[in-house]
Amino acid sequence: MAERPAHNYTGILGWVEDRFPLMETWKAHLAEYYAPKNFNFWYFFGSLAMLVLVIQIVSGLFLAFHYKPDTGLAFASVEYIMRDVPGGWFIRYMHSTGASAFFIVVYLHMFRALIYGSYKGKRELIWLIGMAIYLALMATAFMGYLLPWGQMSFWGAQVIINLFNTIPFIGEALSTWIRGDFVLGDATLNRFFALHFFLPALVLPALVFVHIVALHAVGSNNPDGVEIKKGPKGNAWSETAPADGIPFHPYYSVKDILGVVVFLIGFFAILFFAPEGGGYFLEKPNFEPANALKTPEHIAPVWYFTPFYTVLRAIPDPWYGTLAMFGAIAILFVLPWIDRNPVKSWRYRNNAHKINLILFAVVFCVLGWMGVEAVTPAYKELGTRMTQIYFVFFAVLWVHSNPAKAKYVMWFGILLAAIIGYDLVFRVPGSDAEALTQMLIQAVWPVGYLALTLLLPAFKPSCNEEKPVPERVTGH
Amino acid sequence: MKKFIASVMFALSATLMATTALASGGGVHLEHADVDIHNKESLQRGVKYYVNYCMGCHSLSYSRYNRIAQDLELTEEQVVKNLIFTRNADGEQDKPGALMKNAISQKHSAEWFGAPPPDLTLVGRSRGPDWIYSYLKAFYVDPTRPMGVNNTVFPNVGMPHVLWELQGLQEKHCTKEGEGAHAVEHCELKTVKQGSMSAAEYDQVARDLTNFLAYVGEPAALHRSTYGILVLLFLAVFAVLAYFLKKEYWKDVH
Repeated sequence: MAERPAHNYTGILGWVEDRFPLMETWKAHLAEYYAPKNFNFWYFFGSLAMLVLVIQIVSGLFLAFHYKPDTGLAFASVEYIMRDVPGGWFIRYMHSTGASAFFIVVYLHMFRALIYGSYKGKRELIWLIGMAIYLALMATAFMGYLLPWGQMSFWGAQVIINLFNTIPFIGEALSTWIRGDFVLGDATLNRFFALHFFLPALVLPALVFVHIVALHAVGSNNPDGVEIKKGPKGNAWSETAPADGIPFHPYYSVKDILGVVVFLIGFFAILFFAPEGGGYFLEKPNFEPANALKTPEHIAPVWYFTPFYTVLRAIPDPWYGTLAMFGAIAILFVLPWIDRNPVKSWRYRNNAHKINLILFAVVFCVLGWMGVEAVTPAYKELGTRMTQIYFVFFAVLWVHSNPAKAKYVMWFGILLAAIIGYDLVFRVPGSDAEALTQMLIQAVWPVGYLALTLLLPAFKPSCNEEKPVPERVTGH
Repeated sequence: MKKFIASVMFALSATLMATTALASGGGVHLEHADVDIHNKESLQRGVKYYVNYCMGCHSLSYSRYNRIAQDLELTEEQVVKNLIFTRNADGEQDKPGALMKNAISQKHSAEWFGAPPPDLTLVGRSRGPDWIYSYLKAFYVDPTRPMGVNNTVFPNVGMPHVLWELQGLQEKHCTKEGEGAHAVEHCELKTVKQGSMSAAEYDQVARDLTNFLAYVGEPAALHRSTYGILVLLFLAVFAVLAYFLKKEYWKDVH
């Protein structure tokens, strides 16, 4: 075993340091972890995600003191918390608002990685661990949503668990195994409660830990995408540290305090003045107890799942729809290997790439919006078109990997042909006149998307120009 | 190129407008309930009407009598005398700390009405005040229904018009405009038998009941905005301090 560094701590701190790397860890990860000095607004969301995780674990613990995972008691126990437990409503709203806040923060954190290429430069594993966190988060949120045992809890879980039914051969057995019963009931509620406690209390913190260990081993990316460790050495705090780095503590810890306070202002504004979040954070049908004999008129998952729900509904065949839905999540895992452009930050990449990322964000939001709406012919088509763009985005991202040599027009043709071919083979047969009209009108979305991301750089050189990445980070 | 972009933009906006136009429509028009859960007198009248007219069938089984007493500034004696009509298993009158259950049989009421009358503790949250207010005003005479009445807000509802003595009876009159598939039906309710109250008085009863149900759906709503203002004030001051703290530290960073 390697020799530990000598230290000058005396008293209790010295006693502890001789036996445990307390200050060593403090230094390695905070006081002497040199982060690029040019972090901007987007870099708040990592620490905010950890804050929300803590809020969820602590509020969840207090809820678990009073909650009863029993189909006969669960709904009433939540109302008991809301009415009879002192401060119970506050704890419960912390938890329900926290769930939505978690996804808002995590989606922004992930988009930050996209625009600044934070999964590049030996950071692929950080991205993969992050995706594992995202998966665990979705599983946790899904199981937590069953616990109040309201109408939407029940029917939402019913729809999602039944997706496993569509898997050939093993589907029925698998969904029965997940439910622990032939129908969604007490066995399911009980195990979901156990898992809803196990995942966030044990698995999530462990994943967050390795996410940060991997990050601190490689070093943080920044809005310029410059590797500060490869730049000159020596700053005001250390002669060997990167010149563009500053100690995380106190500089980013005081900055994050500001971020936390601003976040909490928004968080508590919702919690105290609009805890239902306009029916999106707490859905109205969930104020009715679960009733297996009464299907709600309109089943919509909570907003943070709706983009993937739209993908599911975009394909009429349930098994292929399920595959597409899980595919939409799975494809995110390989993002670091799709975007092979050595330039990390979108600041120095071509305009077509910027348009591509912004449109992807817009498409993701529209997918989410379609997921909460009841299906009309126009919305159905819009959801399908947005699903097509969602998947085509990754192909376009790949084409943008090498702008100087990219065969834009060819790829425009190939991807457009793929969409039209898909429409002709799978969608046109069996469609009525109205659906066909919608299909034709709303073809403008994928055509427009491909034109903006592939034709624009092909015919307008200024949209294909990459800027030189600076040697040093700019601004702070 | 510019022309091309312009035409794409035009196509996009045209599609968007067409999409929104298609997506709108449907649903019954609801009247604005205009309730205020901080109006204690309205809530007190509301709970009085509720226990007298509604609670025989519709329990409030997640709420307790004494919680309502406390929030509505009623004494325990007033509650015991005026609000508690049920007895416990030993035949004694329910205590003020009891949940607001009722004595109706689930099995029999299902036979009488088609389904047992639902608990209404949370109807203020699941349906919303506007729905409740409009519903209470939307009963009309319909001899084809088992209870002799129907409801425009909740078509084919199983319950009778319990408040008919107060409101009187209404009939639905519809006129058709246009022909075939494009015909639009306009309906309105007209009073055919005057009740013991004027229309304005009945509206107030409906509003008080709605107000009470809105309150009982979320008693915490009475207090949470007060806490909210204090918390946000504290955070606003904290934000200013945090901003200057950050600025002070970051003086070193060049």
